[in-house]
Amino acid sequence: MTKLEAVIQPSRLEPVKDALRELGVSGMTISEVRGHGRQKGHTEVYRGSEYTVDLLPKIKIEMVLPDNRVESVVATIVKTAKSGKIGDGKIFLSKIDEAIRIRNEERGEAAL
Amino acid sequence: MQKCLLRFSAGLLFALATASIPAYAQSSSPASVAASSLGTPPAVQAHISKLEQQVAEAKSSGDNAWLLVSSALVLLMTGPGLALFYGGLVRKKNVLATMMQSFALMALITVMWALAGYSLAFSSGNRFIGGLDYAFLRGVGALPDADYAATIPQQTFMMFQLMFAIITPALITGAFAERLKFSALMLFMALWSILVYDPMAHMVWGKGGFLNAALGGVFPALDFAGGTVVHITSGVSALVCALYLGKRLGYPKEPMPPHSVVLSFIGACLLWVGWFGFNAGSALAAGSLATSAFVATHFAAATAALGWAGAEWIRNGKPSVLGAISGAVAGLVAITPASGFVGPMSALVIGLIAGVLCYLMVAKVKARFGYDDSLDAFGVHGAGGTVGALLTGVFATKAINPIFKDAQGNALAVGLIDGNAHQLLNQFIAVAIAWVLAIAGTLLLLKVVDVLVGLRVPEEHEVQGLDLALHGEEGYYFEA
Repeated sequence: MTKLEAVIQPSRLEPVKDALRELGVSGMTISEVRGHGRQKGHTEVYRGSEYTVDLLPKIKIEMVLPDNRVESVVATIVKTAKSGKIGDGKIFLSKIDEAIRIRNEERGEAAL
Repeated sequence: MQKCLLRFSAGLLFALATASIPAYAQSSSPASVAASSLGTPPAVQAHISKLEQQVAEAKSSGDNAWLLVSSALVLLMTGPGLALFYGGLVRKKNVLATMMQSFALMALITVMWALAGYSLAFSSGNRFIGGLDYAFLRGVGALPDADYAATIPQQTFMMFQLMFAIITPALITGAFAERLKFSALMLFMALWSILVYDPMAHMVWGKGGFLNAALGGVFPALDFAGGTVVHITSGVSALVCALYLGKRLGYPKEPMPPHSVVLSFIGACLLWVGWFGFNAGSALAAGSLATSAFVATHFAAATAALGWAGAEWIRNGKPSVLGAISGAVAGLVAITPASGFVGPMSALVIGLIAGVLCYLMVAKVKARFGYDDSLDAFGVHGAGGTVGALLTGVFATKAINPIFKDAQGNALAVGLIDGNAHQLLNQFIAVAIAWVLAIAGTLLLLKVVDVLVGLRVPEEHEVQGLDLALHGEEGYYFEA
């Protein structure tokens, strides 16, 4: 089982969710985060005081997938979240030791 | 029987007083004197007297209604107007503590005013402070006080003035936002209201006050609704507090943007609307002078908002919402002393000057000198009040308010545009007295309160946030 974490632009959340639903992906966790890679921030001015804001709003999608589905999900996310500009985001993959469904204590890929 | 006597006395006082009040008179002299000299029968005489009484009551009820509404409007300016305006400007961890400062003053000053404050400000005493005639509000009831407002119960006048006494210390809280102990606030403000506010109010508005233009002051200064009494005293005191307390931890390197310009926006709009009560209510009657002050107030807010936003647009490339609302407040501050003395076009000019000037105070002067007047209480109220009080001496005109009369009752020149340059000197003296009283009084009280309870919160509290540290609460608990 593989954990997939994708940090994407907030405006791409709806298209990505729609595409994943069509693919049959059943579960995901979404959080609102702030961050940056190489993208520059912007300046805000309040009563003459200037602030550089370089923590930009992003959306993080987390999901755990059976290994055989990972590449198709990655391709879907890349296709729908890409704009070609700096700030599009990143996807990270890691190995998961175990998954458990709380309702009936199923384990392994059956729990996904 | 009691009520009848009260009404009759009120009617009589009204009849007697309308002859002596200079500026605010919309008077009709009693016809009964003329009628009786024509030999009218007693029955007709009685009927005329009754009609006069009813006219007086009707007029009184219009004035009283407006003054009660104005009092409510001015209280709204503090809570939630100022509470929201300031609350939105601080960091999220301090929002409740900031609002609590305004709210606590609504309660504290009310009690002080009722016990002694009103008396010290408005009873007869000497040129600089009132006496204790009205302590515990003795004698302050339904009967008008003809010196102040002949057509409304003195209790209404007292309530109206109370709302001013509340908002003045609340303005100062902007200077020491995010770092003052709550116990220090309560003690400092209780003492400040007696030592600084009451004497200044007495000098400008009280019977026999040193600066009172309407009631025989030595240097008659024009301050319609409190440019000196409210804005200069609070604004300059704010500067002293900011300097004495020192900067917030991390200022100016660490970014501390407002956590909610939305809240500040709502607060500022409440202030604008509430200010109609503040200025137009200071006509102490519901007549044409109130209208004139209403117009001047609104017009100054408008050009000041445009002025500040415009200055930002030029200097920074974008006009900000915070700038526009701050500009409006600056204009309202500046027009406060002038509101019942200047015409609409003058109000437009006063607003524009205040908007641009206060923008420069906040964006340039504060940075140059490096003091942490956190919410710009000095930059907006101290500076705006000073410039407004001086411009009042320029733009005040007998065409709007013939406050100065000669022995025959002819209206004399009021401000510079009438040809009276001397008034500028009186304005300057009032401004200087306000500055000196504020500086001296505040310095003394800061020292006293620092020794007694300590002023500044410890570093851990400042880092943690005052909402949790001082009040055990969080402003926003979205997970709940």
